[in-house]
Amino acid sequence: MSEISILRRDERAGYQLRELYRRHGYTLYRMSKFEEYDLYVRNKSFLVSEHILTFTDTDGRLMALKPDVTLSIVKNSPDAPGATQKVCYNETVYRTSPAAAGYREIMQAGLECIGDLDAYTAGEVLALADESLALISGDHLLDISHMGVAAGLLEGIPEEIAHTLLEELGRKNAAAIRDICARRGLPRETADRLETLALLYGPPEEVLPRLAGLVQGQTAEAAVRELEDLCGLMAAMGRASHLRLDFSIVNDMRYYSGLIFRGYLPGLASGVLSGGRYDNLLHRMGRRGGAMGFAVYLDQLERLETEEPSYDVDTLLLYGPEDSPSTVAERAAAILAQGRSVRAERHIPQGVRFRTTERVSEGGEL
Amino acid sequence: MDMVNIALPKGRLGEKVYNLLKSAGYPCPAIEAESRKLVFENPEAGVRYFWVKPSDVAIYVERGAADVGVAGKDILLEYGPDVYELADLGLGRCRMCVAAKKDFRDRRDRTLRVATKFPHIAGRYYAGQGRDIDIIQLNGSIEIAPILGLSDVIVDIVETGKTLLENDLEPRETIVPISARLIANKVSYKFKHRQISALCGRVQEQASPRLP
Repeated sequence: MSEISILRRDERAGYQLRELYRRHGYTLYRMSKFEEYDLYVRNKSFLVSEHILTFTDTDGRLMALKPDVTLSIVKNSPDAPGATQKVCYNETVYRTSPAAAGYREIMQAGLECIGDLDAYTAGEVLALADESLALISGDHLLDISHMGVAAGLLEGIPEEIAHTLLEELGRKNAAAIRDICARRGLPRETADRLETLALLYGPPEEVLPRLAGLVQGQTAEAAVRELEDLCGLMAAMGRASHLRLDFSIVNDMRYYSGLIFRGYLPGLASGVLSGGRYDNLLHRMGRRGGAMGFAVYLDQLERLETEEPSYDVDTLLLYGPEDSPSTVAERAAAILAQGRSVRAERHIPQGVRFRTTERVSEGGEL
Repeated sequence: MDMVNIALPKGRLGEKVYNLLKSAGYPCPAIEAESRKLVFENPEAGVRYFWVKPSDVAIYVERGAADVGVAGKDILLEYGPDVYELADLGLGRCRMCVAAKKDFRDRRDRTLRVATKFPHIAGRYYAGQGRDIDIIQLNGSIEIAPILGLSDVIVDIVETGKTLLENDLEPRETIVPISARLIANKVSYKFKHRQISALCGRVQEQASPRLP
């Protein structure tokens, strides 16, 4: 039995992803399970959920079980202008999920690229996200969006209304967008554009041409150009076939500045990969440069359909009081030497399935 | 072709929704024949229907057991499931209201006691007014709460107002209008995009005459 086949799907994916990132020059970043609570309080909206498990350390400091990996990496990475850091991780985080009650332990693998980012680096990160999904399942989708597109359309709209509109954009709720725009006296044109944007979905070659006619203003036009270049680069790298554009992916503008993306696998009800460009987080922490990364939620993978093995152990070796311990050991060793797994018992155990059963006294298969 | 799994809310609303889907080109003869079955398929139309408790539709859709479903806006507001809200079907129209006994005088100098099945909606509504309230969560027969003095007001769905009237209650404020919405699982929407957007388009065409 090979080492790979005894690993669960999530464990195997964890190692495969680490190897993938290592081959692309990302160094493994290990961190403590705890971090000072203060770090998260200052950046609560960056977190997926605001609930944090806390405890008081022996010196009286309030500590947290890490709800997130990115903040720790950014905090602890040196501020070196002109340089880029590429790190990958495989860590456990603790957070609540909206669909389940209570805290969950979530295994994440991912990477972060911090510093002087350029168009190539962005392409590399996105291509690695695509390759990560491909490693887990051949059939997958990588949805990308750019915060600049929605931000451009919402320019000049009071923040509170813009926030509500972004929420409805995230639900693809065209009816609500139309309704809010009408009630708040926004121009009909803005409503039309936002509605179209909410429902746009498809591969880049279909969506990008439609986008050009939809956006206006510097911010949005720059965002569309960035998307066009990135999709072109992905195509050149041969990683564009699973790419889809979806502008209902929105995130907090205080942290995310540009590209955001999500990865999906068929059969899993929520996304397994989440990432984006979060320059604004860096700036809020008093740093220069850019940052981009993603995380793969490995705990989700256990829900993927896998072939259930039809038995747990190859051979059940039954022995009785008349069999001496050394005879049992000898027989078990012989079975192991044939490359079969063996469980020696005096009685047939409940709830365990065997391919064959043997009795020591009979010295052969039953 | 992959079938689209559709969760329908059990009851009168569900039947209206099914008729709407049927007229939109998604009939399922098996569902119309009386039976105790829970799941009904029509491979030709590419749909599989199943009945679930109305308040559970959003859970089935959020977790992907159903690709699409129909849920009242009240449920969506109360539980905030992470789903796409694709269309207002214009069915099951009603409103979420604050109701009280006809002779009730709202005094701001004390904590308002609110009985409701919708603690989040009620909580948000009064928080928006900066008001401290005492929420009493009930699971049914909300109207009886103010009559017996359990609460000052109720927050509940009002369709015609008849039940309120018969119990000497009246609607005081409308919180939000409610109607049935077509919702979709976010991942299904992507992997079954062609089927779901076609279904959504055809359903909206059928529903539009009903919309104001």
